[in-house]
Amino acid sequence: MIQKEAEKIFETRELNVNMGPQHPATHGVLRLVLDIDGETIVKVTPYVGYLHRGIEKLGESLSYFQALPLTDRMDYVSAMSNNIGYVVAVEKLFGIEAPERAKFIRTIVGEMSRISNHLLWLATHALDIGAMTVFLYCFREREWLLDLFEMICGARLTVTYPRVGGVRNDVPQEFLESLWKFTDEFPSRILEYETLIDQNRIWLQRTVGIGVISAEEAVNMGMTGPTLRGSGVPYDIRKHKPYDAYDKVEFDVPIGTTGDTYDRYRCRMLELRQSNNIIRQLIEKLPPGPVMAEDPKFILPPKDKMIPITHPTKDLAYFILEKACKGCGMCMRACPAKAITGEKKAPHKINQALCVNCATCLVTCKFKSATVVPGGKGLSDEKLAELAVAPDQLPEDIKQAQQLLVRQFEFIKKGPKAPEGELYVATEVPKGELGFYFVSDGTGKPFRMRLRAPSFIHASCLPRLCVGHLVADVIAAIGTIDIVLGECDR
Amino acid sequence: MDINNIISPELLDAFIKFGINLLIIILKIVIVLAIGLLHVAYATYFERKVIGHMQVRLGPMRVGWHGLLQPFADGLKLFFKEDLVPANADKVVFYIAPIIFMAASMVNLSVIPFSYSFTIADFKISPVIADINIGLLFIFAMAGIGVYGIFIAGWASNSKYAFLGGIRSAAQVISYEIAMGLSLVGVMIMAGSLNLTDIVRAQEESVFGMFAIPQIVGFVIFTIAAVAETNRTPFDMPEAESELVAGYFTEYSGFRFALFFLGEYIAMIIMASMATICFLGGWTIPWYIKVVPFIKYVPGIVWFLMKVYAFFFFFYWIRATLPRYRYDQVMGIGWKILIPVALANILVTGLVKIIITTLNGV
Repeated sequence: MIQKEAEKIFETRELNVNMGPQHPATHGVLRLVLDIDGETIVKVTPYVGYLHRGIEKLGESLSYFQALPLTDRMDYVSAMSNNIGYVVAVEKLFGIEAPERAKFIRTIVGEMSRISNHLLWLATHALDIGAMTVFLYCFREREWLLDLFEMICGARLTVTYPRVGGVRNDVPQEFLESLWKFTDEFPSRILEYETLIDQNRIWLQRTVGIGVISAEEAVNMGMTGPTLRGSGVPYDIRKHKPYDAYDKVEFDVPIGTTGDTYDRYRCRMLELRQSNNIIRQLIEKLPPGPVMAEDPKFILPPKDKMIPITHPTKDLAYFILEKACKGCGMCMRACPAKAITGEKKAPHKINQALCVNCATCLVTCKFKSATVVPGGKGLSDEKLAELAVAPDQLPEDIKQAQQLLVRQFEFIKKGPKAPEGELYVATEVPKGELGFYFVSDGTGKPFRMRLRAPSFIHASCLPRLCVGHLVADVIAAIGTIDIVLGECDR
Repeated sequence: MDINNIISPELLDAFIKFGINLLIIILKIVIVLAIGLLHVAYATYFERKVIGHMQVRLGPMRVGWHGLLQPFADGLKLFFKEDLVPANADKVVFYIAPIIFMAASMVNLSVIPFSYSFTIADFKISPVIADINIGLLFIFAMAGIGVYGIFIAGWASNSKYAFLGGIRSAAQVISYEIAMGLSLVGVMIMAGSLNLTDIVRAQEESVFGMFAIPQIVGFVIFTIAAVAETNRTPFDMPEAESELVAGYFTEYSGFRFALFFLGEYIAMIIMASMATICFLGGWTIPWYIKVVPFIKYVPGIVWFLMKVYAFFFFFYWIRATLPRYRYDQVMGIGWKILIPVALANILVTGLVKIIITTLNGV
């Protein structure tokens, strides 16, 4: 009786701690609810979705070619790899073959992205465990890579450099020279990081035997990438199902043995060296040639061909021929500057003061009434009416530019039609296997786009890795699975 | 009326002497506090610069020449920040916790001697506020009280992170205090005193010039324990940024946070001074260095500060290099390695002392 009451009074419970969504070490907005007994973890429940932006759903309302920038925002640490994953998947869906040089360049930037991702991973993993200096050393080299990205596409993080059918532009010679210098120096820099932590006793005590997962269990949980390879499973899509130029280079797939935090760390460190090697081989073998597939159906018309009517400094004016205009209102609705006015079924008029020379009316008009008057800038409406001719009597270069413009509009608005069917294509991004699954209903937009995000699957493994360890090991476990919540929540 | 008729000249003399002594003590307190706080301010600057250069960056550069005014800018900012108190906090305890912590570490400055004593117009001035015979014990006692500040700060915040930080800190500081106390027993045996000035004097007279050489084991243990005691990397469990956000002062802001911050740096100064006084010979220089001409004209306070700052640099160096231990590992090192080794050190020191005294006696 007394004992029972005493038990009731002195009942012990686990302390329930909310780690995240705002926490310095959860790498974004991951929320972990920890049940701890003293400092020992009894239960971990990860909650995701704080960074959900509906990328899969957005993909359904954009054409295959427009959805590319969305993939930048998934794993913002290695945007280039995500772009490549998407581009490879869409190319397979459409049956486009990118030119050799484009494939090589894509592989180079993909490996650069892998290095920069692993550098960020090492930096934050070490910082979480308390080695502050490694963090800044890694950022020094990452900065170099981001500068290189800026050199080829103008952006450091959200690059959108690879395109369906190739890459946006060729790489400049300085880029290759700087990258070659980087690959020369990088191995010694890796050694520099390793002097600080690799054989450091505290580092070993914090990582060896922490978060051990066997090969079988890792496969069952759906782990991929270095997280899986740390357990000794040599699964690498670059090796087993090569895409781009991976079949033309030689590289090893480093694997671990015990599957603990230290093994995963070693795997990634060795991968840094392999990626460096791959880049060197590719630069040496880089073939000349075009960087975009020559299929006019799938690529935007070159912008310089459209200069005669779209360049803002061109001395021209847009005008609607009164005779041909049926007053359908199409151009009025399409005009972005709201410069077109008019009653229904009566000829419309362009207010020249508001017109921004975007040529939208030219493209939307179905009755060939909207036309362009070369040298008509600043003229009165009467004068323009005198000078204006029907669109099919315009000079040849303007006519061609107009046709290209129409094609560009079609391409952006509707997108080229994809063959019907379903398709799953996976690529090896730094975090693991990134898969794109498309269900196509034969239109220019996917019926369903589904992403297999490695971070999401790895986040679900956290309870398995943490239970039984201490609070400090949760931090090590979050670091070792290398998650980015932008990709996890999508 | 003549004043001599009321008070006898002897009494007046004693009175004036007392007044001057009081004035000297007040002056000493003001000087030590002012200079001590200035050192704290510039210890943060020094830390940021040293670690910055170790990490291929520059550290503070904007406020003043090479960021020299940065500590004042930081202090000013903290002073004007909003003083937030969590809704469910135990308000009274929450308010006094930083004061306890700060006071407990600042009081320690009073027993630290800085240099040789000197004489001005018949007044012998020793550069220490309170030249007490139990200086070492006093410092331990105050460090023990400081733990209360940390612990009740963690408890009163009513936050789980602060609570965990407080518990970790209490456990860690208490266990490392034992190791530290034991590591200093060797010094006490060798000096035969607990008075810090006497300890320095004993080192000056000894063959080695500083106790760090015969007491090397004690010195290493003391250094490790000092790092743990001041909650710095690799033993910064209580405030492990990546685990517990900021540990026991997670909920503190504005000047209350600054009090904890100041208290921690003062504790660092105390620990560095203790190491300097107990092991490195304080403001004295060993006889084998005195051989170098002109070196004996360098004032004692310069030697003292040089040693203290060397110790500081060592703190910073560790912080920039090492990862953080896990909580159980920290406790393991404290109880399973440091304390047994310190005990063995005491045994050996005691035996040697007995042997030497017996030999001298014969």
